[in-house]
Amino acid sequence: MGLLTPSGGLLFWMTLAFAVVFFVLAKFAFPAILGSVRKREQYIDTQLDAAKAAEARIAGIQAEGERLIAQAERQKVEILKEAAAGRDQILAEAKEKAGEEAARIVAEAKQQAEQEKEAILASARGEVAMIAVQMATKVLRGQLDEKQAQQSLQEIFADEAAQNS
Amino acid sequence: MNRALIYILSLLLALASPAKALASGAEEAFSPKEMVMEHLMDSYIWEITSVKGHEIAVPLPVIVRSSTGWHVFMSDKICHEGASYEGLYIAKEGKYKNKIVEDVAGVQKRPLDLSLTKTACGAILALLVVMVLFLVTARAYKKRDEVDYCPKGLAGIMEWQIDSIMNGIIKPCVGENYLKFAPYLLTAFFFIFVANLLGLIPFFPGGANVTGNITVTFFMAFATMLAVNLFGSKHYYKDIFWPDVPIFLKAIPIMPLIEIIGIFTKPFALMMRLFANIFAGHSIILSICSIIFVTAHMGVALNSSMTAVSVFFMIFMNFLELLVAYIQAYVFTMLSAVFIGLAQEH
Repeated sequence: MGLLTPSGGLLFWMTLAFAVVFFVLAKFAFPAILGSVRKREQYIDTQLDAAKAAEARIAGIQAEGERLIAQAERQKVEILKEAAAGRDQILAEAKEKAGEEAARIVAEAKQQAEQEKEAILASARGEVAMIAVQMATKVLRGQLDEKQAQQSLQEIFADEAAQNS
Repeated sequence: MNRALIYILSLLLALASPAKALASGAEEAFSPKEMVMEHLMDSYIWEITSVKGHEIAVPLPVIVRSSTGWHVFMSDKICHEGASYEGLYIAKEGKYKNKIVEDVAGVQKRPLDLSLTKTACGAILALLVVMVLFLVTARAYKKRDEVDYCPKGLAGIMEWQIDSIMNGIIKPCVGENYLKFAPYLLTAFFFIFVANLLGLIPFFPGGANVTGNITVTFFMAFATMLAVNLFGSKHYYKDIFWPDVPIFLKAIPIMPLIEIIGIFTKPFALMMRLFANIFAGHSIILSICSIIFVTAHMGVALNSSMTAVSVFFMIFMNFLELLVAYIQAYVFTMLSAVFIGLAQEH
């Protein structure tokens, strides 16, 4: 069998065998294998895309969370500030009110005391006057037997009454 | 460098051995050339080894249609010296040396010979291996949910290989129509690769010189030629018969002629490249192996030292051939894909 001359019999078997194997594989093997590989590739691609999207969403959520935390932090500070201011104000108002109240009470007490003093003084004056009148009456009963003395006393009273009125 | 060295060495050996055999004149002379050719050429019998001069071989079916009709029998009936069966025998010399012939009216004639020879069996074996590999792989996918299934074991290896050929050669070289040609190119690649590997196994059922046989490579190249020309686009054929060149190159059809020759030279190159590479690899390994037997009569010291050299170079060559087995399958598939891709352009 020549080195470079193809032989018909071998060519026949080679053609037959190769054709059979080719058609069997083209029908049963390659579509299954290549199809599966392609499907898996697509699946992996879509999964990668989904993973990327999820990652982006998680990043967004994280940023949102951080933003919310920062906002809450700011709000807390503000609320605390407001609370402190309110407390100070309330305290100040309370102090003011207490001061006013104290002043009012003191003033009232003073007024009452004044009134009572007046009343005491007035009653004391009245009593002193009564005592004086009684004493004077007693004295005068003794002295007013005389006409003249009566007259001068009358004048003195009149003067006094004029001065007091 | 090493390869050149080995070529020179084996050439020297081939030249030196007959002279040596003549000089010694003892026993039957060992002829490396004959041994190498005997192993590389097709034969009607698949020899395994010989024990004490007695050949142990697998007989293969002989299917012949001679002038007396069809003859189907096992080859052990005609393969020993001087045997003939039903008027058929193997020619010892002449035009049909080592082929089955018959004598019709005293003239040696070659009948229609469809025998399953060693190479045919080797090719069928390789194709069977390829078919089993792919069908097992395909079954692994069919049984499971393809989206969640990551193939392991054989299917994993096969997918890795298929993927590397698909994405490395077929997709970029063929272009958008690549799925149409993928089955042929994948079958061709794996057939050549498996046949190359089986050819490197030194014992039965390997060792058949399948891809180093011109008929096999002729068939593969012819298949590529069909794939290129049967599915060629309009643009491809316009480029052949009416290319974009000055009119005087087309009026006297110089360019079309060159292009038409090109249709045949491309597959011819494919055929010769694969054949020559594998044939050369096998011959070198066998030649290096024959160093041992050539030096058998030259004394113990020379013989043992040359045996060491021979074994070293055989191991080296086998590794090289392992590389070549892949590269040649790759190159054949890539060039086929490129030719197909060129014929697909619009």
